[in-house]
Amino acid sequence: MNLEMIQSFTPAHFLFLALAGIAAATAVGVVAFNDPVRSALCLVGNFFTLAFLYFTLNAELLGITQVVVYTGAIMVLFLFVLMLLNLGGVKMMKEKFDVKRVLGFGFGALLLYVIGAQVILPLNTITTAKAANDFGGPEMIGRALFTTYVWPFEVASILLLIGVVGSIMLAKRKV
Amino acid sequence: MDWLRQVFWENEVGNALLRVLLFVLPILTLVPGLIWWERRLLSWMQDRIGPNRVGPFGLLQPIADGVKLFFKEDITPKAVDGLIYFIAPAVALFPAFALGATLPWGPNLKLTPIADVNIGVLYIMAISSLGVYGVVLAGYASNNKYSLLGGLRASAQLISYELAMGMALASIVLATGSLRLTDMVKAQEGPLWGAVPQVQNWFIFTPFGFIAALIFAICVIAETNRAPFDLPEAENELIAGYHTEYSSMKFAVFFMGEYAAMFIFSGVFATVFLGGWHAVPINWSALGMEQVAHWNGLLAPLFFLGKCALGITFFIWLRATLPRLRYDQLMSLGWKSLLPMGVFNFIVVATWILTTSLYGIGGGIATAVGAFAVIIFFTTRIAKSANANVEFLEKRTITMESGKGDPKPQEVNA
Repeated sequence: MNLEMIQSFTPAHFLFLALAGIAAATAVGVVAFNDPVRSALCLVGNFFTLAFLYFTLNAELLGITQVVVYTGAIMVLFLFVLMLLNLGGVKMMKEKFDVKRVLGFGFGALLLYVIGAQVILPLNTITTAKAANDFGGPEMIGRALFTTYVWPFEVASILLLIGVVGSIMLAKRKV
Repeated sequence: MDWLRQVFWENEVGNALLRVLLFVLPILTLVPGLIWWERRLLSWMQDRIGPNRVGPFGLLQPIADGVKLFFKEDITPKAVDGLIYFIAPAVALFPAFALGATLPWGPNLKLTPIADVNIGVLYIMAISSLGVYGVVLAGYASNNKYSLLGGLRASAQLISYELAMGMALASIVLATGSLRLTDMVKAQEGPLWGAVPQVQNWFIFTPFGFIAALIFAICVIAETNRAPFDLPEAENELIAGYHTEYSSMKFAVFFMGEYAAMFIFSGVFATVFLGGWHAVPINWSALGMEQVAHWNGLLAPLFFLGKCALGITFFIWLRATLPRLRYDQLMSLGWKSLLPMGVFNFIVVATWILTTSLYGIGGGIATAVGAFAVIIFFTTRIAKSANANVEFLEKRTITMESGKGDPKPQEVNA
């Protein structure tokens, strides 16, 4: 990374780098922390920064839905359960050398290579968001949901309804 | 003056900074005043005097309190989860201030809101749902059973009341046809019920808007953990709830977050239901009084602040009037009353908009009357069959098998 490359960076670049850095660091934190509450908090941070990454891609509605659904609702329930259980850190015994670990790292590196080659390289020269300004706005998404994708959308809503009824059945066998 | 204009008006970054400062600084300076107003008003309502020693009318009391809190010893108990205990007050303060980023407090789009995005209402929902984290983390990190109970209560309460709040806002979004808060203010400038051009159509004057405002107001009180929904810090059960273990400035930060949230939620209420920054619901332009309309726009921040103050006074009034709810009452109010009411309101608004757009006002009224008739018919049928059921059940008797000493078979109303 030479100086000219840094000079060619736009503010959007720096914003992306900062957000992506936080997102990656918190993602590592999710698996690296021993304390489950810390892991869950890292996941909260990850979901939150992911929402900002969506904003930079002009997908406002997706980003805000990410905050409402994941950060605001699902992760609160996660934390709720973790706090009630009050697990504390994991106590592990020392493991012997295992060949599976080496293999795991190998396959991980391979996956990283594949993703790098297929996804990151073609995006290398792109400096601004490709999507139009109103691409992720509520109007566009609403129009798409209720015209092109109306059947999958309705099927998904029925699926959710089944989930609601099922959870009530499980929780309240006898009323 | 010219360079000021250059920096804060034409430069995009400087302008953004100006918007943020114009929003955050008044809140920061007004929060102590708010605390004073709450204590004085509460005393007055409870037939006491309240703080009146420091400065005129006790106005400097919050400053004295602030100085005291600042210089108090900051005690961190030994058993707390250090990092989380430390960041919890900041996490509690962040959503309270971030909440107002889409609120317009005046007509000038160059000064307000901070971000005029077309997801304004959703943004408010999202940020208010983050409010639970500060409380929950404080409760957990304190390593104290009362704190934990307070935190758990708070999270359950916030999740429950968020849904009803969302439904209340959704019906207003349907009526406006936009998620942008500036559009909502603009929609409320229209003629009342589409018929009286001299009066503005504030949403609280419309039937569906009134119900939505009611639901929203109740949910806001629950979201800000204020009496009568202050179960997370119920002092007779949980000491002080989630901030039991906090002292000095950390405690003050929780306090400030609560008051800032109150302030900004009052602003949201004013924007969505009370016509935003307009002083009175009168269309001065329609009356031909352009001069008054001009001054109305210039003094907009004052009117907006006045509406916020009204909202806060309402909060304090409720605190002085109502006793605290029991936990099961809180849950049944949220899930069994407010949420169904919100959903019903939403369906009514959607049906009204659909029928009026298809068949005109007459079609809408005809649908409303028809739906009302159908509902009455079904509820009477259901009530009748339920009554029949009760009569049938009342005939059953249960006799005790073994106890020969009990002569009377008991009538059981199942």
